[in-house]
Amino acid sequence: MKNLVYLLLRRMRLPLIVVVLAYAVSILGMVLIPGIDDQGNPWKMTFFHAFYFVSFMGSTIGFGEIPYPFTDPQRIWTTVAMYLTVLSWLYAIGALFAALQDPAFRRLISYARFTRTVRNLREDFYLVCGAGDAGHLLIRELADRGIRCVVVDRNENVIQALRLEELPVHIPGLAADVTDSEILLDAGLGKPQCKGAIALTGQDHINLTIAIASKLLAPNLPVICRSETHDTEANMASFGTDNIINPFDTFADRFAMMFQSPSMYLVYEWMTSVREAQLSEFAAPPKGTWIVCGYGRFGKAVRKSLSFKGIHTVVVESDFDRTQPPEGAIKGRGTEAITLHEAGIDQAVGIIAGTDDDANNLSIIMTALDMNKNLFTVARQNQRNNDAMFRAAGIDLTMHPGTLIGRQVVDLLTKDLLGDFLRSARQQNEAWANLLVSRVAGILSERPPATWILKINRTQTPAIIDRLHNCGPVTLHDLQTDPRDTSMQLPCVPLFMKHADNNDVLLPEDHLELQVGDQLLFCGRHLAEQHMRWSAHNFHAINYICTGFDRPSGTVWRWLSRYRERKADTTPESGT
Amino acid sequence: MNLEKVLFAFFIVLSLTLNFGFFIGDIDDPNHHNVYELYAALVVSLIATILKFGDRAHIGAVLLATSLVADLQLIAAAVVWTMFAHATETGLTPSVMASIVSLSGGALLANITSVVILVTETVMFRR
Repeated sequence: MKNLVYLLLRRMRLPLIVVVLAYAVSILGMVLIPGIDDQGNPWKMTFFHAFYFVSFMGSTIGFGEIPYPFTDPQRIWTTVAMYLTVLSWLYAIGALFAALQDPAFRRLISYARFTRTVRNLREDFYLVCGAGDAGHLLIRELADRGIRCVVVDRNENVIQALRLEELPVHIPGLAADVTDSEILLDAGLGKPQCKGAIALTGQDHINLTIAIASKLLAPNLPVICRSETHDTEANMASFGTDNIINPFDTFADRFAMMFQSPSMYLVYEWMTSVREAQLSEFAAPPKGTWIVCGYGRFGKAVRKSLSFKGIHTVVVESDFDRTQPPEGAIKGRGTEAITLHEAGIDQAVGIIAGTDDDANNLSIIMTALDMNKNLFTVARQNQRNNDAMFRAAGIDLTMHPGTLIGRQVVDLLTKDLLGDFLRSARQQNEAWANLLVSRVAGILSERPPATWILKINRTQTPAIIDRLHNCGPVTLHDLQTDPRDTSMQLPCVPLFMKHADNNDVLLPEDHLELQVGDQLLFCGRHLAEQHMRWSAHNFHAINYICTGFDRPSGTVWRWLSRYRERKADTTPESGT
Repeated sequence: MNLEKVLFAFFIVLSLTLNFGFFIGDIDDPNHHNVYELYAALVVSLIATILKFGDRAHIGAVLLATSLVADLQLIAAAVVWTMFAHATETGLTPSVMASIVSLSGGALLANITSVVILVTETVMFRR
C-alpha cells in the first residue's frame, strides 16, 4: 500500500507543479493589474481577492467580476488566466486518471488488496497454486463444503473468471508468477491458518518449485503436488512432499481394476465422484487385444497396467524417436483407417485414444468405430471445454486428467478416512465388492452416493456425547435410524470405522456401540447425511431414537412430567 | 550535471531565501514585511514540496516533512493576514504583524533544516 502512494505521488509531481504555477501566475497578475472601484478611484486587488477570484474562475464556477467590475486590462489578463488554469486542471486530472488506470498500477492495487485480504484471514484455508481444470474443480468443491482457498495462478483470465463465479465463500485470487517465493509468502504460506499447499499447475517443474519453496518456508505444512512424470515424482518425494498425484498412473491403475474386479472399480468410482455427477452406467471392458494410440506418458502408464493384468496391446505412435515404443508398434497417428487396419482393428476388442490432442483423440475414436462397431472406446480428454464433444462421441470411458486430480485432492483434504477405507477394501476379494455394490445400489436413486465422515466428538456430535455421558450407550443402528420415524432406517451404509485406539473396522456391524473419539465413514443418499447430523446434534432427537420416548424439553414440562411419574409410581402403592 | 538535482536544490534554497527576506526587519512594522514576498515564499515552498513527492529514501521522507511544516506555517501566516486585513475591523496592527512574521519565522526554521539536510546529503554523496 505504501508503494502505491509513493507511485501515485511520483506520477503526480509534474501535473501538480503545473497547477501551482498556473495559479501563482494568475493570482500575481490579478494583484498587479490596476482596476477601478465603484467610485472611480484606482484600486488594486489584494492577494485574498485575487486568490478568491482565480479559485472560482479556475474551477469554472465563475461568480463574475467581483468585487468591482473589471477594467479592460484586467479582462485581458482574466482571459489568459482562464485558459491557463482550466488547461492545467484538465492536465492534472487527466494525469491522475491515467495513473490510476495504468495496468501496472492496477496490478499493484489488486496485489495490495490480495495481500491485505490474506493477511486478515482468520479462518483455515488451503493455498492452491494453479487454477486450471483440476484447481478449479478443487476450489469449487471445497467452497461448497465451506472450506476456503487462496488461489495463485499465472493466468489473469482464470483469476477473473473465478472472481465472476458465484461461490459460497470468497476466494482471494492473484494473477502472478507462482514460482516467486515472495508471492507464495504473501499468499499466506507460513501463516498458521494455512493448512496445506497444493500445486496443480500444468507444468511439473513449476509444481516442483512450489513444493520445494513450501517445504523450505513452512516445513510442517502438508504439500500436495501434481506430477506427470516419474522423474519429477521421485524428485518431489525425495524432499518429503506429502502427496504426489499422477493422473496417468491413477487412471491406468483404475482402468486395470476394471478388468480384474469391476465391482471394486465401481466402489472406487462411487466413493470418489463429485457431488453433481450423474450415476454413470457401467460396462466391464472386454478382455482381448487392445489398441493404444499415442505412447506418451498416458499410453505408457495404461500399457504397463494392462500388461500387468495379462492383456495384450498394440501400440500406434507417430513419433518413434521421442517416445521409444516397444517392439511391434505401428507407426502412424491412428487417425487414419490404414494405420488402424495395420494394427488389427478387426480383431481388437477395444481402443484407447491417448494422444495429447483432443481433436486427434476424437478422430481416432470415430475412425475406429467406423471400422469396428463393437469396440470398447477409451479416450483421453485434455481440455475441459471439449466436454460436449466427448459426450456426443459416445465414448465408453473418458479420462480427463484435471477432473481426476481435482477429485483426488478433494478426497485427500475432506475425507481422510476414505483413503484408509479404500486401502483395506483393496485387500478384499471380488465377492466382497459385489456384496457391497449391491448393498449400496439398493439404497440409491439416480445420483451416485454421497460419502461423509462423522467424528464422535463435542463439535460434530454434541448430542451423542451428552447421551453417552449421562444416559447410556448409542449403537450404530441408532445413528442410522431416521429421526422422523424410528421404524425407518436412513438410506446409508456404514463403510468404515476407526476406533479411538486406532482399531479399524471394515463395514462395521449395526450393534456396535459408539465411543468418544470414533470416526465413521458412511455412504448413502445426500439427504441421509443431513438427517444423521441432525440426530447427532439434537439431544431430543437422539433420545427419542434410543428410547422411543419424547422427553419434554422445557423446565416446567419436565417438572410436570416428573411429578406425574412420581404420582403414577405412588398411586398403586396407596391403593393397596 | 543533473537538471533534476539543480531544480530541486534551486527551489529548496529559493524558498529559504524568500522566507528569510520576508522575515527580516522589525517584527511589528508592516513596512518591513512585503506581501509579495510572502506570496512568493508560499508558492515556491509549495513547488518545493511537490518536487519532494515520491522519494522513498529516508532522507527524502524527512525533506518532505520539513517542507510540509514550512507550507503549513506560511499558509497559517497568509490566513492570519487575510483574516485581519479583510474579515475583521482590526486591520494590520503591529501585534497582528508580529504574529504573522513569527509564523513565517517558524517556516524559516523548517526551511533552514531542509537546506541543512540537502547540503549534508550532497556532501556525503561526494565523499
